[in-house]
Amino acid sequence: MTSFRRVLAVLLRQYYLLRGSLSRTVPLFAWVAVDMILWGFLTRYLNTVTSSGLNFVPVLLGAVLLWDFFIRIMQGVTMAFFEDVWSRNFLNVFATPLLISEYVGGLVISSMVTSLLGVVAMLLIATLWFHLSVLVYGIIMIPFLLSLFLFGIAFGIFGCALVLRFGPASEWFIWPIPALISPFAGVLYPVSTLPHWMQGVARILPPSYIFEGLRTIISGGAVQWLLLVWSICLAGGYILLAYGCFVCVYKHALHTGLIARYSAENLS
Amino acid sequence: MPASKTLSVQNLTKSYNNLRAVDKISFDVNRNEIVGLLGPNGAGKTTAINMILSILEPDEGTIQIEGLDLHTCRSQAIGKTNFAAVYAPLPGNLTVFQNLRIFGMLYGVRGLSKRIEELLVQFDLVTFRDKKCGVLSSGEQTRVGLAKAMINRPQLLLLDEPTTSLDPATARDIRAKIRELATHETGGVLWTSHNMYEVEEVCDRVLFLSHGRILLEGDPKTLPSEHGKKTLEELFITVAREPLTLEVR
Repeated sequence: MTSFRRVLAVLLRQYYLLRGSLSRTVPLFAWVAVDMILWGFLTRYLNTVTSSGLNFVPVLLGAVLLWDFFIRIMQGVTMAFFEDVWSRNFLNVFATPLLISEYVGGLVISSMVTSLLGVVAMLLIATLWFHLSVLVYGIIMIPFLLSLFLFGIAFGIFGCALVLRFGPASEWFIWPIPALISPFAGVLYPVSTLPHWMQGVARILPPSYIFEGLRTIISGGAVQWLLLVWSICLAGGYILLAYGCFVCVYKHALHTGLIARYSAENLS
Repeated sequence: MPASKTLSVQNLTKSYNNLRAVDKISFDVNRNEIVGLLGPNGAGKTTAINMILSILEPDEGTIQIEGLDLHTCRSQAIGKTNFAAVYAPLPGNLTVFQNLRIFGMLYGVRGLSKRIEELLVQFDLVTFRDKKCGVLSSGEQTRVGLAKAMINRPQLLLLDEPTTSLDPATARDIRAKIRELATHETGGVLWTSHNMYEVEEVCDRVLFLSHGRILLEGDPKTLPSEHGKKTLEELFITVAREPLTLEVR
């Protein structure tokens, strides 16, 4: 039976680590702030040099904000997991009554909290400095954020499974995942710009529907709700796949003794 | 399983590729009993302990803790155990109090704040309460690990070389505390050590493992003479070097 107290213990661990460490708290705000400032000025510049009349702030800065939200969510899950990797804590943690669902649940909630801090920082910079109004997008922001949140969680869990399977050194496979997905997701340009095979990949990525929807709203078009619902369902499917993958890797680790022998070495 | 048994292991087997690390071992740990699991490096002691901790899946065999099957009732069964091992220090980036609080919550300890304060006093850790574990000496870290191992008043305590990095005086105190736990509380203890003096002092019964099999079993005070050896250490060396000269249990 799931114990909320055990989930809370996973969260409390993250709270203690964040509370006592500037090097953990600053990155929650710093990178997203840098991104907002960089893209904020770029969009301003584009507004002055193009004669299309298109306001680049909601198109590009809004897209970057949403994409950073996805990255924060994903890294929120993996960073919480890495704390156990770096402190070689698997043996202690997995030898307690903690269930895998509780452990993963704790990582996800922890990611929600830390990502929220990053989102607040991004919104403050984007609205106060670059006059991006999220009201432009309206209520549609909720399914946009939900889809990206679920997709971020899915890749976060998948990243944890990879590191559990292949060892601490494989964390370097995790950091570039958002960069690898972004060309296919059409964050900054319409999916129709891509060659056919890349468009095929885009269709199975929930964010592509979100960024297409974003551009549709800005250009005054009607949002296709059905596609948004599909995007959310697709992201939910990715979570199930990622969780299934994590459970498989965990069972494999139990069978091979990987958890007992997990160390700073690459076990691949 | 009779009520006197806190741990019952039957035909436990584990192989890694072609190497049989644990080979059909069966044993029990009774309440108020300290059982020493002895053997040379690679004999299968830690593999057996890892299976009892459910962080390693056995190929065959069953493990029951307080009558609960570990395979089918993992969470409840593990909630009745705890462990300390020199190779599993608590996270160094958290303080002693924070670690005890987190693990207390994971083990579902009621009245946790009071229990933590008791353990801080019991293991002489009051002055280190708010110190990060990573800055403590190895002996102090061992005491924190033992405090964590006691936090849920386990029915089964697994100790893998718990006094390795302690000075003789502290090691004696720790042995006395664990002896007290086994005598006054209802728990049983499974203890691995390479210190035969310690084993003789603490353990009620010992199991000698060699090549994944239990070779000998008995009272550590009488076992050496039963096999023509003067001391437990001499018997240990024989098990390690010439296991075939001894009868398999």
